[in-house]
Amino acid sequence: MKAEDSAPHEDVPHDKVPPADPAGGTAAETEPAATGRRRGGGRAGGIAPPSWLALFFLMPALLLLGFLVIYPIVFSVIRSFLDASGDSFVGLDNYTGIFQGHDNLVAVRNTAVWVVFAPTVVTIFGLLFAVLSERIRWSTAFKLVVFMPMAVSFLASGVIFRLVYQQDPDKGVLNAVAVGVHDTIKGGTGYPGAGPHAKTALVRADGGAVVTTGAFGAGQTALVPLLRVKPENLPKDAKPAAQPPAAKAGQVTGTVWFDFTKGGGGELDKPNTGESGLPGVRIEAVSGGKVVAKATSAADGTFTLKKLPSGSVTLRLPEDNFTAPYGGVQWLGGTLITISIMVAYLWVWAGFAMVLIAAGLAAIPRDALEAARVDGATEGQVFRRVTIPLLAPVLVVVLVTLVINVMKVFDLVYIIGGGDPTAGVLALRMWTESFGGGNDPGAGSAIAVLLLLLVVPAMLFNIRRLRQERS
Amino acid sequence: MRVSRRLMSRRVVSAAVVAGLLASAAACGGGDDDKGDGAAPAGGGELKGTKIEIAAKWTGPEEANFRKVLQAFEKKTGATVTYASTGENTDAYLGPRLEAKNPPDVAVLPQPGLMQQYADKGALKPLAADVVSEVDKNFSPYWKELGSAQGKPYAVLVKAAYKSIIWYRTEAFSNAGVQPPQTFDDLVSVAGTVQDSGTTPFALAAGAQDSWTLTDWFENVYLSQAGPEQYDKLAKHEIKWTDPSVGTALETLAKIWGKPDLISGGVAGARQTKFDESVTQTFGQQKAAMVYGGDFAAANIATTKAKVGTDAKVFPFPKAGQVAPAVLGGDIAVALKDGKGGQELLKFLASSEAGKVWAGLGGYLTPNKGVAPDAYSDPVAKELVAQILKSGDAARYDLSDLAPAAFGATPGKGEWEALRTFVQKPTDVKGTQAKLEAEAAKAYKS
Repeated sequence: MKAEDSAPHEDVPHDKVPPADPAGGTAAETEPAATGRRRGGGRAGGIAPPSWLALFFLMPALLLLGFLVIYPIVFSVIRSFLDASGDSFVGLDNYTGIFQGHDNLVAVRNTAVWVVFAPTVVTIFGLLFAVLSERIRWSTAFKLVVFMPMAVSFLASGVIFRLVYQQDPDKGVLNAVAVGVHDTIKGGTGYPGAGPHAKTALVRADGGAVVTTGAFGAGQTALVPLLRVKPENLPKDAKPAAQPPAAKAGQVTGTVWFDFTKGGGGELDKPNTGESGLPGVRIEAVSGGKVVAKATSAADGTFTLKKLPSGSVTLRLPEDNFTAPYGGVQWLGGTLITISIMVAYLWVWAGFAMVLIAAGLAAIPRDALEAARVDGATEGQVFRRVTIPLLAPVLVVVLVTLVINVMKVFDLVYIIGGGDPTAGVLALRMWTESFGGGNDPGAGSAIAVLLLLLVVPAMLFNIRRLRQERS
Repeated sequence: MRVSRRLMSRRVVSAAVVAGLLASAAACGGGDDDKGDGAAPAGGGELKGTKIEIAAKWTGPEEANFRKVLQAFEKKTGATVTYASTGENTDAYLGPRLEAKNPPDVAVLPQPGLMQQYADKGALKPLAADVVSEVDKNFSPYWKELGSAQGKPYAVLVKAAYKSIIWYRTEAFSNAGVQPPQTFDDLVSVAGTVQDSGTTPFALAAGAQDSWTLTDWFENVYLSQAGPEQYDKLAKHEIKWTDPSVGTALETLAKIWGKPDLISGGVAGARQTKFDESVTQTFGQQKAAMVYGGDFAAANIATTKAKVGTDAKVFPFPKAGQVAPAVLGGDIAVALKDGKGGQELLKFLASSEAGKVWAGLGGYLTPNKGVAPDAYSDPVAKELVAQILKSGDAARYDLSDLAPAAFGATPGKGEWEALRTFVQKPTDVKGTQAKLEAEAAKAYKS
């Protein structure tokens, strides 16, 4: 402030008293003639209060700043050079410790990813929303809705998104959608997870498929017992398992059924009473590595393979009967978790970016845009060549503000990640190290100081911009 | 810590509806004033006029029940007891008050580790001789030692949580025609049969924030295989986590943890499952047949349609070795100020008299020998307490809660995360042991 403001009147005698500067500055801008007159009259003391009074007025602010900002910073810096108990000096060990150990490195990497991507993406979305909402009729309503998440506490947002990202498609809405779409395209499979009993002599697992151990000639019947059929996969029209029907010439018949009597007991490899047939199972007759006939089981589990060539065949239940159901995407698994949390962050902050950018947009002179349009620029060109350059100062402020904000992202990571170290960021580790179980305030302080240092350039940049705007 | 938060079972809730009416009036006062409740001391009165402040973390129905116990003390002695709630983080509440030299007379700590920490600082007052004799009378030596630091007795066990049980859905078991298993190998074969019947056998809570369930699994298996003496040594880090006994326990656990088919949602699902979700998966969504959880899981089951005792039952954690495991968690009370009142209150809390009052209210377990199973109002607690008393001297405190918090009680760190990684890589026994040892060495050093 001093540099610019004092420039026009360098020879003012009270220049050394910083608090007097703003007063002098304003006077200089609004009424240069008057200032000149006063200067000439040597009545400088009349403009600014005496320095002891200025100090007195500043005292409350200084005291608050000192106690609440300066003292904690100084204390953290000192603490960061001490060990966990605070008794002995450990030099830079706490600082080097930030970059040692798997979890710490993951946190450093994640913070870098956050700083690079999150502010950019949020700003882009904010810009899009701001520009697009300018053109629609219900723009206020739209802006209100987009801004709404800002009103929700971060903790609550975290809880909401934790639910959204739930792995179980019955609970997590994203996976419900993913599974729904997947199953519509590929179709649900019959009996995921089902397979033969370990002790049965009739069938065996062959890769993902199930094949009969024995071979069958025309006129014979086959039994195909299966286990591990989940109740929810058993169709409602399934009937109790029946004995295979009599096979005519050129046919092999059989039954595929759920060989587990409810409540235990029941003879192995026999379709006992109380055991259900498995409808809709695809069965292939294989001879010499080639599929020679196909059939699908009926409601009671029976099937008939027709028009078999002479010689014996083995029966195969192909893998697609049993493939595991699609479980959806692992939103909170190791690879996606940081991105998932960033999406939640975007949800919260896009409104903030939009509002600031929309304000900047409103301040753009319309005639510049009109002129471009008159000159024949397309809307795309107007946006890229005129709107964005004119908006650049606002965009940069939003971006830098978000960078500062992203450095200290904590709530969302804490709640959605639930302590998973693969999601860790520096701000979270700062807390974990000092209070969340690490019991090492030294290490925590070191991370805090590092974060402060990282934020300082962004802060300085923002302050400079503000000053430039004012001048 | 998280134990007693979940102790709020339905039975407690129902018992507390009545008590709640009483306590709500007191609770409104921010837990500062309790005069109205303990107005007229009936007998005794040797502490008439003495004011005692006790701080504990209980709220809601748990607080209501505890206040009733305190009332019994007030009636007996004539003292006035005020209750202060510490909130979830006990150290965060007590630390500043100790610093300001204005601690409560008595505090209830959720972890013995915290007691050790305070004892090292010299913030604790040793138990008076008559309190010690009361402890000797009612508890086995292990519990006395648990409440001691540097050979001096400081704490009495107030309330326990029993962690050597597995909850199961009775319908799933009767469908599969199986009985609760006795040994770990039985457990594996029962799991196989349940799986054959079409039900996924286990729900496992291996989410980062709730990996303490994994440490509890481990403790049960380890105590059963290696025995109480080895368990104590491991708890004090006198043997290393690279010890072969730890490897054996991990290999045993891998018989279940290593099989994605046995676990609801597979390994990937389990690694994101929280404790309450694992209980809901089993009893609410009926996706699994069995779930690990201490007696406190009853509170979570109460949120589903399943009924504790009929739809949801428990069996003792199966023996993986010679010893039937009995792992307990619990809260211990310490004196932070000199004075007769505090010591009298500790003596009362260690007595069978207080235990009986509390047992009648529900939501309570204790290894206090003077409190017979009959004193408990609810049938599941009766059964569990019989188990605790039967295990006698072999019962042990939760190992992870004995360890420094950085190792045994922090999400995403130490034992929690090492075991959570093991669920993902169940073949990597050596690597898991090495990781456990590295984390333990770091945590025990500081």
